[in-house]
Amino acid sequence: MIKVLSSGFYTTVQDQGRHGYGELGVPGSGAMDLYSSQLANHILRNRENDALLEITLGKCKLIFEKQNIICISGANLSPTINGSIAPMNTAIIINMGDILNFDKPVFGIRCYLAIRGGFQTEVVLKSRSFYKGITSQFQVQKGDVIPAIETSESLNRSLSSIKVDQEHFTTSVIEVYKGPEYDLLNKRAKEKLNKINFTISKENSRMGYRLEEPIDNKLGSMLTSSVLPGTIQLTPSGKLIILMRDCQVTGGYPRILQLTEKSVNRLSQKSTGDVFSIRIVPLN
Amino acid sequence: MDSYNLTYKQYGERAILIEWSTKIEENILKDIINYKNKIVYYNIKVIVEVINTYNSLTIIYSSTIDNIYNEITTLKSIYQESFEQNLLKNYYWNIPVCYDEKFGLDLQEISKSNQVPIDEIIELHSGAIYTVFFIGFLPGFLYLGGLPERLNFARRSVPRLIVEKGAVGIGGSQTGVYPMQSAGGWNIIGNTPISLFNVSKENPCFAKSGDKIKFVPVSLEEYKQVEAKIEIGFYNIENKLIHD
Repeated sequence: MIKVLSSGFYTTVQDQGRHGYGELGVPGSGAMDLYSSQLANHILRNRENDALLEITLGKCKLIFEKQNIICISGANLSPTINGSIAPMNTAIIINMGDILNFDKPVFGIRCYLAIRGGFQTEVVLKSRSFYKGITSQFQVQKGDVIPAIETSESLNRSLSSIKVDQEHFTTSVIEVYKGPEYDLLNKRAKEKLNKINFTISKENSRMGYRLEEPIDNKLGSMLTSSVLPGTIQLTPSGKLIILMRDCQVTGGYPRILQLTEKSVNRLSQKSTGDVFSIRIVPLN
Repeated sequence: MDSYNLTYKQYGERAILIEWSTKIEENILKDIINYKNKIVYYNIKVIVEVINTYNSLTIIYSSTIDNIYNEITTLKSIYQESFEQNLLKNYYWNIPVCYDEKFGLDLQEISKSNQVPIDEIIELHSGAIYTVFFIGFLPGFLYLGGLPERLNFARRSVPRLIVEKGAVGIGGSQTGVYPMQSAGGWNIIGNTPISLFNVSKENPCFAKSGDKIKFVPVSLEEYKQVEAKIEIGFYNIENKLIHD
């Protein structure tokens, strides 16, 4: 049991996603940075799909009402337990009454709090991932009590700390594949995509990231087709939208590029004002 | 059986995109549904989703596709299989809609712009039989084909921040129902009390590709009655099996 003393900027419960309902228009959702979230569960020897908290940007304070074992992975949001610095990417025994606080980002923006056995919030359409209109809650709020399984296990069962490649957070190159409509682009547009640096605008969320720099084009919109997280859409105005985990299942803009799975995870740790370049890699 | 010229593309690490020509046609819809049913029937464990749109099928696998050529070959051979079993039945659905001005926020505007009296808008809209092509945009948002041309009306240049659940709208040459409250740029002409999407049901959305929809005009009073029945679980959407 965790009680939320302060919810932070944007905190949700996420697992590996809600799969199998795309044909009904239900987005896949799930943790934005699957690499970091899977790591946290792996360290605790949890099941891969055990639910965690996705804490964005910090200012989140939680109090544990029962003993448990946790792991903090992903972004470093200056986590402290009872005021002392909490280690990341390792199993930590939590005692009743311990207060876990997340303050300001040191690197990355999305942090994952895994708990032994996973958080036990409601399962809707086979997933615990929060989504407005699907789960009864779409955001963690102050005063919430988030259920978990109490455990008095020792740390023996968990893996010891794992060292994470910092490149996951510091890279400024996002690898992509050509998208289904890539070949509709003219030569100049293709060159520009390869050459320039892109800046994440302040319009970014779990649904998608809008980029500042436009790519001039005469493509217009197209017959509604399916899209995936990681799909880069080119809007008639030239602005690019990178769809992320909560994106709609269909869309009407040309899909010019597709982020690799690794790139979606890495982009999830970037935020407003961050700059990166695109590198097209071959599919197979 | 008609055989279309299909293109197969890898779409990211885990998906294959199959495309028909860029048209909105019932024959293409039938072919897509047929193909989708066959793929689902063969129950290939690694396939997690099969998503259809107007002219495409996107097959999503559980993990990175190791050998794209093998997968495409398998899919192509499934397409060629003759398969007369119609496992999934299609239905006609009668959806009650109240076109009262309380709900039909943009009826006046459409009437003026298209030079069609409001009564006629309602008659035309409720007189047509719509085909469900696919579901997308929002959970339970049905993409319907068959809007009478005289009712075509461009999307609002500034979308509304809040469109009510159940709002029936027109956007360009399309019509549909907002299954939940959301932002939206379509022009609203009425509201239905029924739920297009219900997470507590085993099958959250009653309609599927290939089904037919008819909007049945109801008065404000009847709307409230249906609403009350739905609340106590006493309402079943009128439907009829479609026979080939």
